[in-house]
Amino acid sequence: MADFKAGDAVQELRVTPDRYLTNRYAGASGDFNPIHIDADFAKSVGLPSNILHGLYSMGLVAKAAAQGLGGGDPRSLKKLTVQFRGMGLPEQEIVVTGSVKEVEGDRVTVDLEAAQGDNRIIRNAQAELEL
Amino acid sequence: MAIKTDAVGKSWPSTTYQVGREKIKEYATVLGIENPVHYDVGAAREAGFRDVVAPPMFAVVYSMHALAPAMFDPEVGMNFATMVHGGQTFEWDEPACSGDEITTTAKCISIEEKLGNGFYVFETTSVNGAGAEVVRGAWTNIVRGV
Repeated sequence: MADFKAGDAVQELRVTPDRYLTNRYAGASGDFNPIHIDADFAKSVGLPSNILHGLYSMGLVAKAAAQGLGGGDPRSLKKLTVQFRGMGLPEQEIVVTGSVKEVEGDRVTVDLEAAQGDNRIIRNAQAELEL
Repeated sequence: MAIKTDAVGKSWPSTTYQVGREKIKEYATVLGIENPVHYDVGAAREAGFRDVVAPPMFAVVYSMHALAPAMFDPEVGMNFATMVHGGQTFEWDEPACSGDEITTTAKCISIEEKLGNGFYVFETTSVNGAGAEVVRGAWTNIVRGV
Protein backbone atom coordinates (compact mmCIF):
# COMPACT_ATOMS: atom_id res chain seq x y z
CA MET A 1 0.00 0.00 0.00
CA ALA A 2 2.66 2.50 1.04
CA ASP A 3 3.73 4.00 -2.24
CA PHE A 4 6.57 5.98 -0.72
CA LYS A 5 10.26 5.51 -0.08
CA ALA A 6 12.78 7.08 2.26
CA GLY A 7 13.77 10.55 1.09
CA ASP A 8 10.50 11.32 -0.71
CA ALA A 9 9.28 14.85 -0.04
CA VAL A 10 5.90 15.39 1.61
CA GLN A 11 3.76 17.77 -0.39
CA GLU A 12 4.41 21.24 1.03
CA LEU A 13 1.57 23.01 2.87
CA ARG A 14 1.43 26.82 2.79
CA VAL A 15 -1.06 28.72 4.95
CA THR A 16 -1.20 32.39 5.91
CA PRO A 17 -3.28 32.75 9.10
CA ASP A 18 -5.23 36.02 8.89
CA ARG A 19 -5.43 38.62 11.65
CA TYR A 20 -8.42 36.94 13.33
CA LEU A 21 -7.36 33.31 12.97
CA THR A 22 -6.25 33.03 16.59
CA ASN A 23 -9.74 34.15 17.71
CA ARG A 24 -11.38 31.47 15.60
CA TYR A 25 -8.89 28.83 16.79
CA ALA A 26 -9.50 29.91 20.41
CA GLY A 27 -13.22 29.32 19.88
CA ALA A 28 -12.71 25.99 18.14
CA SER A 29 -10.19 24.66 20.67
CA GLY A 30 -11.34 26.31 23.90
CA ASP A 31 -7.90 27.85 24.54
CA PHE A 32 -8.56 31.54 25.23
CA ASN A 33 -5.15 32.38 26.72
CA PRO A 34 -4.90 36.15 26.07
CA ILE A 35 -1.35 35.90 24.69
CA HIS A 36 -3.02 34.45 21.57
CA ILE A 37 -5.94 36.83 21.12
CA ASP A 38 -5.00 40.16 22.71
CA ALA A 39 -2.02 41.98 21.17
CA ASP A 40 -1.88 44.58 23.97
CA PHE A 41 -1.81 41.90 26.65
CA ALA A 42 0.81 39.91 24.72
CA LYS A 43 3.06 42.99 24.46
CA SER A 44 2.61 43.67 28.19
CA VAL A 45 4.21 40.30 28.94
CA GLY A 46 7.11 40.88 26.56
CA LEU A 47 5.89 39.21 23.39
CA PRO A 48 6.21 40.94 20.00
CA SER A 49 2.43 40.66 19.48
CA ASN A 50 -0.27 38.08 20.02
CA ILE A 51 1.14 34.73 18.95
CA LEU A 52 -0.30 31.65 17.26
CA HIS A 53 -1.39 28.69 19.39
CA GLY A 54 1.34 26.05 19.18
CA LEU A 55 -1.35 23.38 18.86
CA TYR A 56 -2.78 25.22 15.82
CA SER A 57 0.62 24.98 14.13
CA MET A 58 0.79 21.33 15.17
CA GLY A 59 -2.66 20.93 13.61
CA LEU A 60 -1.24 22.17 10.31
CA VAL A 61 1.65 19.69 10.58
CA ALA A 62 -0.88 16.89 11.18
CA LYS A 63 -2.88 18.08 8.18
CA ALA A 64 0.22 18.17 5.95
CA ALA A 65 1.15 14.62 6.99
CA ALA A 66 -2.37 13.17 6.58
CA GLN A 67 -3.03 14.96 3.27
CA GLY A 68 0.43 14.51 1.81
CA LEU A 69 0.65 10.78 2.46
CA GLY A 70 -2.67 9.46 3.74
CA GLY A 71 -4.96 11.08 1.15
CA GLY A 72 -6.54 13.07 4.00
CA ASP A 73 -7.87 9.94 5.74
CA PRO A 74 -8.00 10.82 9.46
CA ARG A 75 -7.29 7.16 10.30
CA SER A 76 -3.89 7.30 8.58
CA LEU A 77 -2.16 9.38 11.27
CA LYS A 78 -1.12 7.14 14.17
CA LYS A 79 1.40 9.27 16.02
CA LEU A 80 2.72 12.81 15.90
CA THR A 81 5.38 14.29 18.12
CA VAL A 82 6.61 17.89 17.89
CA GLN A 83 8.77 20.45 19.62
CA PHE A 84 7.54 24.04 19.80
CA ARG A 85 10.34 26.55 19.39
CA GLY A 86 10.05 29.95 17.71
CA MET A 87 6.81 31.86 18.25
CA GLY A 88 4.35 31.84 15.37
CA LEU A 89 2.73 35.12 14.35
CA PRO A 90 -0.53 35.88 12.55
CA GLU A 91 -0.41 37.35 9.02
CA GLN A 92 2.82 35.56 8.11
CA GLU A 93 2.91 32.58 5.82
CA ILE A 94 3.53 29.19 7.47
CA VAL A 95 5.28 26.60 5.34
CA VAL A 96 5.12 22.97 6.44
CA THR A 97 7.73 20.73 4.81
CA GLY A 98 8.72 17.14 5.36
CA SER A 99 10.34 14.04 4.01
CA VAL A 100 9.85 10.33 4.41
CA LYS A 101 12.33 8.87 6.87
CA GLU A 102 11.44 5.20 6.82
CA VAL A 103 8.95 2.80 5.25
CA GLU A 104 8.17 -0.51 6.92
CA GLY A 105 5.31 -2.39 5.29
CA ASP A 106 2.31 -0.07 5.50
CA ARG A 107 3.91 2.04 8.25
CA VAL A 108 5.59 5.28 7.12
CA THR A 109 7.66 7.55 9.37
CA VAL A 110 8.01 11.17 8.29
CA ASP A 111 10.14 14.08 9.53
CA LEU A 112 8.44 17.47 9.35
CA GLU A 113 8.84 21.08 10.35
CA ALA A 114 6.83 24.30 10.17
CA ALA A 115 8.47 27.69 9.56
CA GLN A 116 7.61 31.33 9.00
CA GLY A 117 10.55 32.58 6.93
CA ASP A 118 13.69 31.72 8.92
CA ASN A 119 11.70 31.24 12.11
CA ARG A 120 11.20 27.49 12.55
CA ILE A 121 8.15 27.39 14.80
CA ILE A 122 7.89 23.58 14.92
CA ARG A 123 11.03 21.49 14.84
CA ASN A 124 11.88 17.83 15.01
CA ALA A 125 8.32 16.82 14.24
CA GLN A 126 7.89 13.16 13.51
CA ALA A 127 4.72 11.53 12.21
CA GLU A 128 3.88 7.86 11.89
CA LEU A 129 1.22 6.91 9.38
CA GLU A 130 -0.45 3.66 8.47
CA LEU A 131 -1.36 3.59 4.79
CA MET B 1 16.16 25.98 44.98
CA ALA B 2 15.35 22.37 44.19
CA ILE B 3 12.33 21.83 42.01
CA LYS B 4 9.20 20.48 43.71
CA THR B 5 8.42 16.97 42.48
CA ASP B 6 5.65 15.91 44.90
CA ALA B 7 3.06 15.75 42.10
CA VAL B 8 4.87 13.10 40.06
CA GLY B 9 2.52 10.13 39.72
CA LYS B 10 -0.55 12.14 40.69
CA SER B 11 -3.77 11.66 38.68
CA TRP B 12 -6.68 14.07 38.47
CA PRO B 13 -10.40 13.26 38.16
CA SER B 14 -11.50 12.18 34.67
CA THR B 15 -13.61 14.44 32.50
CA THR B 16 -16.12 13.30 29.88
CA TYR B 17 -16.68 15.21 26.64
CA GLN B 18 -19.43 14.53 24.13
CA VAL B 19 -18.18 14.94 20.58
CA GLY B 20 -20.60 16.81 18.30
CA ARG B 21 -20.89 17.42 14.57
CA GLU B 22 -20.89 21.21 14.74
CA LYS B 23 -17.78 21.32 16.93
CA ILE B 24 -15.94 19.01 14.54
CA LYS B 25 -17.01 21.22 11.62
CA GLU B 26 -15.82 24.33 13.44
CA TYR B 27 -12.41 22.79 14.20
CA ALA B 28 -11.91 21.40 10.68
CA THR B 29 -12.89 24.75 9.15
CA VAL B 30 -10.33 26.70 11.19
CA LEU B 31 -7.58 24.29 10.13
CA GLY B 32 -8.77 24.37 6.51
CA ILE B 33 -9.25 20.60 6.44
CA GLU B 34 -11.66 19.97 3.59
CA ASN B 35 -12.33 16.21 3.63
CA PRO B 36 -16.17 15.81 3.65
CA VAL B 37 -15.94 13.08 6.33
CA HIS B 38 -15.53 15.96 8.82
CA TYR B 39 -18.67 17.78 7.60
CA ASP B 40 -21.17 15.37 6.14
CA VAL B 41 -22.61 12.33 7.90
CA GLY B 42 -23.33 10.57 4.58
CA ALA B 43 -19.72 10.96 3.42
CA ALA B 44 -18.48 9.82 6.84
CA ARG B 45 -20.65 6.67 6.84
CA GLU B 46 -19.64 5.87 3.28
CA ALA B 47 -16.00 6.00 4.42
CA GLY B 48 -16.77 3.53 7.23
CA PHE B 49 -17.25 5.86 10.20
CA ARG B 50 -20.17 5.71 12.67
CA ASP B 51 -20.82 9.43 12.19
CA VAL B 52 -18.94 12.61 11.26
CA VAL B 53 -15.33 11.95 12.32
CA ALA B 54 -12.99 14.39 14.05
CA PRO B 55 -9.57 15.27 12.58
CA PRO B 56 -6.85 13.63 14.74
CA MET B 57 -5.74 16.90 16.34
CA PHE B 58 -9.29 17.50 17.59
CA ALA B 59 -7.82 15.51 20.51
CA VAL B 60 -6.80 18.85 22.03
CA VAL B 61 -10.45 19.88 22.32
CA TYR B 62 -11.51 17.03 24.60
CA SER B 63 -8.15 16.43 26.34
CA MET B 64 -7.79 20.02 27.52
CA HIS B 65 -10.69 19.71 29.98
CA ALA B 66 -8.89 16.94 31.86
CA LEU B 67 -5.48 18.59 31.63
CA ALA B 68 -6.39 22.09 32.87
CA PRO B 69 -6.91 21.13 36.56
CA ALA B 70 -3.55 19.32 36.50
CA MET B 71 -1.72 22.32 35.09
CA PHE B 72 -3.27 24.71 37.62
CA ASP B 73 -2.80 22.43 40.64
CA PRO B 74 -0.74 24.25 43.32
CA GLU B 75 0.87 20.92 44.19
CA VAL B 76 2.41 20.95 40.69
CA GLY B 77 3.26 24.61 41.21
CA MET B 78 4.15 25.68 37.67
CA ASN B 79 5.02 29.36 37.30
CA PHE B 80 2.76 30.42 34.42
CA ALA B 81 4.61 33.71 33.92
CA THR B 82 7.62 31.85 32.53
CA MET B 83 5.94 28.71 31.16
CA VAL B 84 5.94 27.65 27.52
CA HIS B 85 4.46 24.60 25.82
CA GLY B 86 7.67 22.87 24.81
CA GLY B 87 6.55 19.69 23.15
CA GLN B 88 3.60 17.49 22.39
CA THR B 89 2.97 13.92 21.36
CA PHE B 90 -0.29 12.24 20.42
CA GLU B 91 -0.78 8.55 19.65
CA TRP B 92 -4.10 7.73 18.05
CA ASP B 93 -6.10 4.53 18.07
CA GLU B 94 -9.93 4.52 17.59
CA PRO B 95 -11.21 7.55 15.65
CA ALA B 96 -13.39 10.04 17.56
CA CYS B 97 -16.83 10.43 15.97
CA SER B 98 -19.80 12.64 16.67
CA GLY B 99 -21.90 11.12 19.45
CA ASP B 100 -18.90 9.56 21.20
CA GLU B 101 -18.51 10.26 24.89
CA ILE B 102 -14.79 10.46 25.49
CA THR B 103 -13.41 10.19 28.99
CA THR B 104 -9.94 11.60 29.59
CA THR B 105 -7.68 11.17 32.59
CA ALA B 106 -4.57 13.27 33.22
CA LYS B 107 -1.51 12.15 35.14
CA CYS B 108 1.81 13.82 35.97
CA ILE B 109 4.56 11.65 34.50
CA SER B 110 7.69 13.56 35.43
CA ILE B 111 9.03 16.81 36.82
CA GLU B 112 12.71 17.42 36.20
CA GLU B 113 15.15 20.25 36.33
CA LYS B 114 17.53 20.57 33.38
CA LEU B 115 19.97 23.46 33.13
CA GLY B 116 17.90 25.60 35.47
CA ASN B 117 14.60 25.02 33.65
CA GLY B 118 11.72 22.89 34.87
CA PHE B 119 10.31 20.20 32.56
CA TYR B 120 6.78 19.13 33.52
CA VAL B 121 5.35 16.19 31.59
CA PHE B 122 1.67 15.22 31.79
CA GLU B 123 -0.01 12.28 30.13
CA THR B 124 -3.65 12.23 29.07
CA THR B 125 -5.44 9.01 28.20
CA SER B 126 -8.77 9.19 26.39
CA VAL B 127 -11.20 6.29 25.97
CA ASN B 128 -14.58 6.17 24.25
CA GLY B 129 -17.88 4.85 25.64
CA ALA B 130 -17.03 1.33 24.46
CA GLY B 131 -13.84 1.43 26.52
CA ALA B 132 -11.54 1.61 23.48
CA GLU B 133 -8.54 3.92 23.67
CA VAL B 134 -8.92 6.92 21.36
CA VAL B 135 -5.72 8.84 22.01
CA ARG B 136 -2.84 9.15 24.42
CA GLY B 137 -1.14 12.52 24.77
CA ALA B 138 2.17 13.60 26.34
CA TRP B 139 2.32 17.31 27.14
CA THR B 140 5.67 18.89 27.98
CA ASN B 141 5.64 22.30 29.63
CA ILE B 142 8.88 24.13 30.23
CA VAL B 143 9.18 26.67 33.03
CA ARG B 144 12.21 28.91 32.63
CA GLY B 145 14.35 29.63 35.64
CA VAL B 146 13.04 27.34 38.37
